[in-house]
Amino acid sequence: MKILPLIVSSVVTAALAVTFNTKLLLPAPLGKLLSPQHGIWQNAENDNASFSVDLNFPQLKGKVNVYLDERLVPHVFAEQENDVYFVQGYLHAKFRLWQMELQTHAAAGRASEIIGSKALAHDREFRRLGMVYAAEISLKEMESDSVTKATCDNYTAGVNAYINSLTESQLPIEYKLIGYQPEPWTNLKTALFLKYMSYDLSAHDNDIEMTNAKSYFSPADFDLLYPSKQDSLDPIIPKGTAYPSPKIRAKEPATADSLYLKNKGMLVMQEEKPDRENGSNNWAVNGSKTKSRSPILCNDPHLGLNLPSLWFEMQLSTAAFNVYGATFPGAPSVIIGFNDNIAWGVTNGGRDVRDYYEITFKDDSRAEYKFNNEWKKTEFRVDTILIKDSLPFIDSVAYTVFGPVMYDKSFGGGRVKNNKYYAVRWTAHNPSKELLAFNLLNHAKNYSDYLTAVSNMHTPGQNFAFAAKNGDIAMRTQGEWPAKWKGQGDFIMPGTDSSYMWQGMIPQDEIPFQYNPERGFISSANQKPADSTYPYYLGRDYPPYRGLIINRKLTAMSNITPEDMMAMQTNNYDVFAEEARPVFLKNIKENSLDGNEKRYLNLLKAWDLSNEIAATGPTIFSLLWKSFDSVVYNDEFKNAPTVIMHPFESSLLEGVLRDSNYKFLDNIETAQKETLSDDVTAAFKNAVVQLKIVEANGKLPWAKYKSTHVTHLTKLAPFSRGNLPIGGGSHSINATRDDHGPSWRMVVSLTPQTEAYGVYPGGQSGNPGSKFYDNFIDQWVAGKYYPLWMMKAGEENDIRVKWTISFNKR
Amino acid sequence: MKFVISILLIALLSVAACLYLPWWSIAIVAFIVSACIPQRPSKAFITGFIALFILWGALSWYISSSNKHLMAHKVSMIIFKADSPFALIAATAVIGALVAGFGALSGSYLRRT
Repeated sequence: MKILPLIVSSVVTAALAVTFNTKLLLPAPLGKLLSPQHGIWQNAENDNASFSVDLNFPQLKGKVNVYLDERLVPHVFAEQENDVYFVQGYLHAKFRLWQMELQTHAAAGRASEIIGSKALAHDREFRRLGMVYAAEISLKEMESDSVTKATCDNYTAGVNAYINSLTESQLPIEYKLIGYQPEPWTNLKTALFLKYMSYDLSAHDNDIEMTNAKSYFSPADFDLLYPSKQDSLDPIIPKGTAYPSPKIRAKEPATADSLYLKNKGMLVMQEEKPDRENGSNNWAVNGSKTKSRSPILCNDPHLGLNLPSLWFEMQLSTAAFNVYGATFPGAPSVIIGFNDNIAWGVTNGGRDVRDYYEITFKDDSRAEYKFNNEWKKTEFRVDTILIKDSLPFIDSVAYTVFGPVMYDKSFGGGRVKNNKYYAVRWTAHNPSKELLAFNLLNHAKNYSDYLTAVSNMHTPGQNFAFAAKNGDIAMRTQGEWPAKWKGQGDFIMPGTDSSYMWQGMIPQDEIPFQYNPERGFISSANQKPADSTYPYYLGRDYPPYRGLIINRKLTAMSNITPEDMMAMQTNNYDVFAEEARPVFLKNIKENSLDGNEKRYLNLLKAWDLSNEIAATGPTIFSLLWKSFDSVVYNDEFKNAPTVIMHPFESSLLEGVLRDSNYKFLDNIETAQKETLSDDVTAAFKNAVVQLKIVEANGKLPWAKYKSTHVTHLTKLAPFSRGNLPIGGGSHSINATRDDHGPSWRMVVSLTPQTEAYGVYPGGQSGNPGSKFYDNFIDQWVAGKYYPLWMMKAGEENDIRVKWTISFNKR
Repeated sequence: MKFVISILLIALLSVAACLYLPWWSIAIVAFIVSACIPQRPSKAFITGFIALFILWGALSWYISSSNKHLMAHKVSMIIFKADSPFALIAATAVIGALVAGFGALSGSYLRRT
């Protein structure tokens, strides 16, 4: 029986190995994860790690040297232009591979493969929106252009060269923790990444919520709750600009009134939507306003704040061009930046370019649908969604002349179902050349090059600010914008014939723009691009306030220095509160307040309207505004469908500023008629109830209340940074909210020797075990910048160069 | 003497094996070494245990201190919900030690059959 101990002992050994290698008993495969030669310890980067290395690749055409500076910014010098994209792909993968793959999986509706069935609703939504369909169309367009194709092919080869060099122990830690492997990169993945940005920036529509609002409220109430006019608007292209008569006159269908604008059909679904505040600021001033007499360009795109950051800083240099700026891990070229001649920056165009049509199928098979009085054949796209630890899910999506049928009884975005079918029409389904736009911008030398470059930008439409060393400044509200009749696409449209379809795109020579304006500056902050004299319908969802304060400041400023611009980008003044606070202070019934309430009121009165870190005024104002909104609207919305449009802040504020007897002030559930005074006072008392709790928790100071955090894409708290002491808010130029804000701040002074500054809330390395993972965050929080070093050939021995990676053709 | 040689051999061969093989190759290494060098089972277990306890403990401690424990702080919070680089290093050492210890124990029983 000597064999028994051997068997028992061997079984125990095997059991231990299996236990520590799997998640059968433990929450994580601890042996695999903690093995010093395989697991997480391999990702614990030595504090003095060297990044210098010699690499050989047969794909290269010439030599490429990469100089990494003390912030780990690569300065890439390539003999051959296409090699620069190979190396860009390699470096993006080296520092950010996991996020590149996660984002493209999410874009393709493949998140379930990684995180399991909890991502299924997301995956179905994205596939039904036609994200892969759109990326495939985009890819075809990209590959039909020889420049873009070469760029993408080299980029993809670079990413794959890195992936192929990876051993298990070198995998980014997220792969180890979740337990999967990277797959090869493709040009389609680059297209998917760009569609993800299109989704983030151009898929914000309120069509479903607005359809319900239109159905629920009377036409008069609807117009009052959701006005398309903004009194406080200072458009991107200033009022008074003359526009030529339009080449396209979109014709309203004869049935528009009966079937559409006054149709009362109610819907019951809710969709996944990107953040409405995906806004941004950009502006440029010309030499007449600067101390150096050269233009200065500034940009800060506001996006979700995540780690690893969406951005990766780089310099790309070849004989043909030399450019510095923020790049997207996942795509070639510099997206926002400057070269030796020009600088450019973007803000989101924000127009409604995603519309829905109600489709009538012949029967449940969805094989044919009614269109222009005949039955038209549907095309089906069958999506197999693989799910981790579960069986695959098969979804068949019907494609119509409008686009994919996104919502039907099998999928209502996770909410109550109805028996209708809604197809989505989105400009991102059209062929697009955004990569060519950025490639040409990287090479651009002057205004005319810039114009040629940006005309390739279709979706997501962006307001492109421009400044050049020759003194030119310009702004173009660039994009492929459907020429709509008034109200088209605000609600779900009938889809049984062609009369409600888009009738064309606004011709590129009718895009609102400004070139060297008299006022000496251009600016945009996602407000409406033009005033009502612009002959095309622009929709109604635009935040007006940041634009107001930017233009006010730029008008007043002179002898501007880059430091002035940094101070302006990080300015916390709240122009919305400037307009709204007097409404409260003028109308509150002070004699009805108790001691505690008076104390908060005095704090609000004493506030200097700046959303500073330690100020209590912004917290009081913010809670008071929310409470006021509830007091005014809760009665009207009490029985409304849950999925409904909520009036914008500007609509409520301008409603009471225009008319102190604003209709909705009256509480329809009481016999007496409430006034503005009643509502303000009631709102204040409600707000104080919450303020007492906030104060008891020590969260009355604004930064504590707002609690800005930069979260890892897995939401793992130890990989995230929270409770950052930073001011600002939605309506400040420093538009920093809880999880959203200036994702890249850049100031470029186009003096003969360019002087540029920038910072983003993250770090160059995507590895949570690297000191370069989040080292920019404190600088960003403090409102400080780094000088951006446009390295020149011959500066290889500069003290700022810490490491060199040389890529050789082998 | 056998005792010390066993420990050294298990540790050295484990490092070599883990360069090319999965982490659990430490069990196979300990098994082979203690099958080749005859010892009492209890002693064999201790050689495997000590070899990997020291090896994995020292390696993870060295890596972690060169990293200023940046990663260990974060990962210990994910795994243990407590901020303790020391606990993460200790867990690493104990897991390696247990697996190699039982591997070595099995090896010595093989010798005896």
